[in-house]
Amino acid sequence: MSELTDLTIAKARKGLAKGDFSAVELCEAHIKAVDAANEALNTFIMTTFEQAVERAAQSDKKIKSGDAGALEGIPLGIKDLFCTTDVQTTAGSHILDKFTPVYESTITKNLFDDGAVMIGKLNLDEFAMGSSNETSYFGNCISPWKRKTDGANLVPGGSSGGSASSVSARLVMGATATDTGGSIRQPAAFTGTVGIKPTYGRCSRWGVVAFASSLDQAGPITRTVEDAAIMLKSMASYDAKDTTSVDLPVPDYEKTLRDGVKGLRVGIPKEYRVDGMSDEIEQLWQKGIDWLKSEGAEIIDVSLPHTKYALPAYYIVAPAEASSNLARYDGVRYGLRVPGDDILSMYENTRAEGFGAEVKRRIMIGTYVLSAGYYDAYYLKAQKVRTLIKRDFDEAYKKVDVLLTPTTPSPAFAPGEKGGDDPVEMYLNDIFTVTVNMAGLPGISVPAGLSSEGTPLGLQLIGKPFDEAGILRAAQTLEDAAGLLPAPERWWV
Amino acid sequence: MYKESRETEKKNLVQGSTGDWEVVIGLEVHAQVTSNAKLFSGSSTQFGGEPNDHVSLVDAAMPGMLPVINEACVHQAIRTGLGLRAKINNRSVFDRKNYFYPDLPQGYQISQFKHPIVGEGDVVLDLKDGTSVTIGIERLHLEQDAGKSNHDLHPKHSVVDLNRSGVALMEIVSYPDMRSAEEAKAYVTKLRTILRYLGTCDGNMDEGSMRADVNVSVRRPGDPWGTRTETKNVNSIRFIGQAIEYEINRQIDVLEDGGTIDQETLLFDPKKGETRPMRSKEEAHDYRYFPDPDLLPLEFDDELVEKLRGELPELPDEKKDRFMSDYGLSPYDAEILIAARPSADYFEKVAKGRDAKLAVNWVMGDLSGHANAKGVPLHEVGVSPDQLGQLIELITDGTISGKIAKDVLEIVLEEGGNPADIVEAKGLKQMSDTGELETIVDDIITNNPKQVEQLKTKPKTIGWFVGQVMQKTKGKANPQAVNKLLQDKLEIGEG
Repeated sequence: MSELTDLTIAKARKGLAKGDFSAVELCEAHIKAVDAANEALNTFIMTTFEQAVERAAQSDKKIKSGDAGALEGIPLGIKDLFCTTDVQTTAGSHILDKFTPVYESTITKNLFDDGAVMIGKLNLDEFAMGSSNETSYFGNCISPWKRKTDGANLVPGGSSGGSASSVSARLVMGATATDTGGSIRQPAAFTGTVGIKPTYGRCSRWGVVAFASSLDQAGPITRTVEDAAIMLKSMASYDAKDTTSVDLPVPDYEKTLRDGVKGLRVGIPKEYRVDGMSDEIEQLWQKGIDWLKSEGAEIIDVSLPHTKYALPAYYIVAPAEASSNLARYDGVRYGLRVPGDDILSMYENTRAEGFGAEVKRRIMIGTYVLSAGYYDAYYLKAQKVRTLIKRDFDEAYKKVDVLLTPTTPSPAFAPGEKGGDDPVEMYLNDIFTVTVNMAGLPGISVPAGLSSEGTPLGLQLIGKPFDEAGILRAAQTLEDAAGLLPAPERWWV
Repeated sequence: MYKESRETEKKNLVQGSTGDWEVVIGLEVHAQVTSNAKLFSGSSTQFGGEPNDHVSLVDAAMPGMLPVINEACVHQAIRTGLGLRAKINNRSVFDRKNYFYPDLPQGYQISQFKHPIVGEGDVVLDLKDGTSVTIGIERLHLEQDAGKSNHDLHPKHSVVDLNRSGVALMEIVSYPDMRSAEEAKAYVTKLRTILRYLGTCDGNMDEGSMRADVNVSVRRPGDPWGTRTETKNVNSIRFIGQAIEYEINRQIDVLEDGGTIDQETLLFDPKKGETRPMRSKEEAHDYRYFPDPDLLPLEFDDELVEKLRGELPELPDEKKDRFMSDYGLSPYDAEILIAARPSADYFEKVAKGRDAKLAVNWVMGDLSGHANAKGVPLHEVGVSPDQLGQLIELITDGTISGKIAKDVLEIVLEEGGNPADIVEAKGLKQMSDTGELETIVDDIITNNPKQVEQLKTKPKTIGWFVGQVMQKTKGKANPQAVNKLLQDKLEIGEG
């Protein structure tokens, strides 16, 4: 038998059911892996090993009595943006210093109700603002992949860097993540994992620390498409506590996963062929097209003419909402408080010390674009752009069922390599992913090969609203054609 | 677009030292919605309680918490809109009004900025001088209340009570249609009456359930608008009047001295009876309104509006008209009776099926007198509509006189009980039986020949005989019957 940590969720579920190993054994194998890796990778902000083992023991009882849930005994990591009862929740920020929720986010509750075992809380960019996991108050998270050419450490992408890195490094079998502009899909692409951002409204936002409310959406990061289907089924639900969640039945994604792509109309948007995109990304995209075509899909060229406005519009809408969402971190009721002579100086001291540079930058951008005299020129205009982007997709979906694009314009980079002088350089990482958030659509990143530097590259499939089943099915075809990537070398052991 | 609806009227002009001034007033009234739960959370809205007793995770703005609209509050806003004869907007939008303050946990107030739930309507005021004016309503929108900061409980720190945080308010904005402090007071009074009839706000200003931002400007008659000031958060009708009077005088003084009015935000100091500018820090806000992305636009269909319209109670203006036509009330009496729904209901129970004129006289006369003396509203004076109704019936059927009835009312007030039983038990029944009365009258005539003689030259002395009869009967004799008997016996014409 291979190592327990190498199993997929689907295989572990079978092994547990057959009694090949216990949930406690599975849990302890992962704890051992975390212990060995966390100093090097810094993927966990906090571990909850004791509770995990207890929880796994309960799972073993349930499996024996035949009451196993869909994720019974499966060790997962939880992005530290999800509020978890009695377990510190930081959002990767100093400002939530020692904050311990008395409530459980709907998504983690759904997962725990299905038997999932939480190993710990995962590192992320502060308040999910970043594309490299370099803005966390708790330090950079590192990818298990290294650049073959110079042996450099790499960023795992962001903001769900801890989720992607620990899934890729076999520290957990799957992880929750969130995606506001690409924060699930981009790190999945960088680490050779599968990441799906569901349709806006599919997963409840209740109990997830908000970044940009109209764009935030949670989803899983896993090692296979099948595992993503399993986890998403558990995470998704209609929630009356989130007005923007949608009351639609959650389909059994596993059931249709291997129905193939015969007759599926796949759109190739010409606007995603951007300046400066490397040849190997271009070739990867072509490979994806060929794989789908050879399985019977129909390839159709489409145009999404407003794509080029998506990133600038995103960097108005998201900071605007964030500037307001983050106003509650004022030192009055919970988290960090740095005293001052009066209320204003207390606010200033607390927020100056509590927020990192990137969060401050976005609060300032957001405050600016909502200010009197600028609102119409920036915020309102960005909202109009958003409408046009949605319309582009609506038009395209009259002709096609899914869209195929690269997930990122370039492979993973080393910490400190991007965005040091110009934050826009970092923001450009999200150029292929933000459009999907702006339109509220489902998108998935699937590992499709390795770059010349030996690092993973991903392809993105974008679906119609609430057609997660459709993109999962196409993703399965891509995964089958590309073959699973090898596990990254365990250089940290 | 708003068009001025008022003509300049001489009676509304204020005399300055350099000529007449016209006053222009508009009000923004914040009325707490009567509901069990807050606007976006399930917390109780009960007044009082220990500080921070009624606070949910949403009210405290814990990370990841989301607002969910309370439908009951939406219904209340629609009802209020209907009561103000206003346009109901089937689609409205909640916006965030951003500012930092410790009693505002989210760092923003959820309000409605561009698209309110209720549009234009109006309120009719009947003034003391018998005229009536129509005050335009610009809009009504729903918003959250903030918590309460207290700066006196601790030597160095302020403390915050979030019990009110998130409670639903309706902000009702009038057009600048009022022309005197009297009109403004009448407007708030009438608005409060309407809200209380509708059951959408309890109108208890001393508990903070209703408060007003008062906009005042002055101008020469016929001139365009003057510069206005806004006095924030005035919490009694009397103070609203005082704040306006103060502002009128202050503004006229400034202008007549050659100065200009600053458009500024003021606070009213009830102790000094003055307005003073807010510190600039308190008002220099750019609220950065934008649609709240946590909430979808609020949408409902006409069916809901029509259902709520069908369930509306009779409103003050309708009731007033009906009282005047059904019971023959004067506009003045009607206005007083309808001002509070319990009084109106009380009157109606007394008057129904009985002599309306008597009912009005007793309710507005003796009963109101007792109520005023006790300092309670009519319906709490301690006489039920049934008891008063019975008393009126006893007068109408001649069982007792009006004078005896006053005594019976006193007894009911002091000892309680059934008026008919009291009359019976205390033997207060009017003596109308001519046989019994005749004996008494005959006795008096026989025993007082001198007075009988005198009567022949001085017919007015018949009153002495009446008095004698009343004395003998302890006031129970029916005065009409006595008069008739005496006239017949003594053969004199009617006095």
